[in-house]
Amino acid sequence: MKEGYEVVYKRPKTLLDKRMHYCPGCFHATIHKLLMEIVEEMGIQEKTVGVCPVGCSVFAYDYMDIDMQEAAHGRAAAVATAIKRMLPDRYVFSYQGDGDLAAIGTAETIHACNRGEKFTFIFINNGIYGMTGGQMAPTTLEGQKTTTSPYGRNVQKLGMPLKMAEMVSQLAGVAYAERVSCNTPANTRKAKKALKKAFEIQGKGLGTTFIEVASNCPSGWKCTPVESLDWLKNKVYPYFPLGVFKDVPAVKEEV
Amino acid sequence: MPAKGYVEISMEGCKGCGLCVIHCPSKCLELNTSDTNSYGLHYSYLAKEDVCIACANCAIMCPDAAITVYKKVG
Repeated sequence: MKEGYEVVYKRPKTLLDKRMHYCPGCFHATIHKLLMEIVEEMGIQEKTVGVCPVGCSVFAYDYMDIDMQEAAHGRAAAVATAIKRMLPDRYVFSYQGDGDLAAIGTAETIHACNRGEKFTFIFINNGIYGMTGGQMAPTTLEGQKTTTSPYGRNVQKLGMPLKMAEMVSQLAGVAYAERVSCNTPANTRKAKKALKKAFEIQGKGLGTTFIEVASNCPSGWKCTPVESLDWLKNKVYPYFPLGVFKDVPAVKEEV
Repeated sequence: MPAKGYVEISMEGCKGCGLCVIHCPSKCLELNTSDTNSYGLHYSYLAKEDVCIACANCAIMCPDAAITVYKKVG
């Protein structure tokens, strides 16, 4: 460091000094970084337990310096439920992609939200199965080309993309549901704020918190990381709008 | 105008996605297209040292947390 300068931003200590295996420009890495910044800021490194999914982020436990547990495909919500019930003073989060949370694990997710299990869902929605080579996911947009929908998603046969944040916001057990993204510095700051709020609500034990991240997949979408931001802005946000869908603590404060 | 700050970018940590380059408001970062790191990837670097304003936008956007931002005291 040069003399007369102070550090404004540096890599959080809770994020291990390893090279992440994600493709260049992937928001998985951004969310890992934001999560670890929050853990460092809140001073809850010893009290945080994460649950990894199956998917691109299957090795998330290699990068985060906290307690982590790997779950079977789609069952992260069930594992997180067990951890939170056994250790209620811990901050528990499940970190899942769209193939894990919205396809094979829909039942676990919906019922964990309905029971109001007091942990945080972090749902990375990139609209494609990234790890297995870009197949169609339940959240793939109408007309989007993937390796299993080469002519574009046909909504007559396959239905419309699943809006998870809106869906779970209807359930009584959910205290907070928001969709965020990381395409600009402003949105990334908002995403960090939302994740921090979810952890704070979890600390108060008010109910399930659900943060959906409208993410990108430059490799699966067959574009550069910079082009993927344009796709997010022009195609993804019109169907998956960013914003808060449910905020029980704020409603209680108003009353 | 003298620089308000500077950034250090880990050459081996950078994957060359270019998100820091497009979000830099003072356009002081560039992708080095003539050289690669040991992974064979182009890396971004501080091309114009005198215009960095230490806003940390690049570091916030960097997925791999490869950027450290320093600001002049006072």
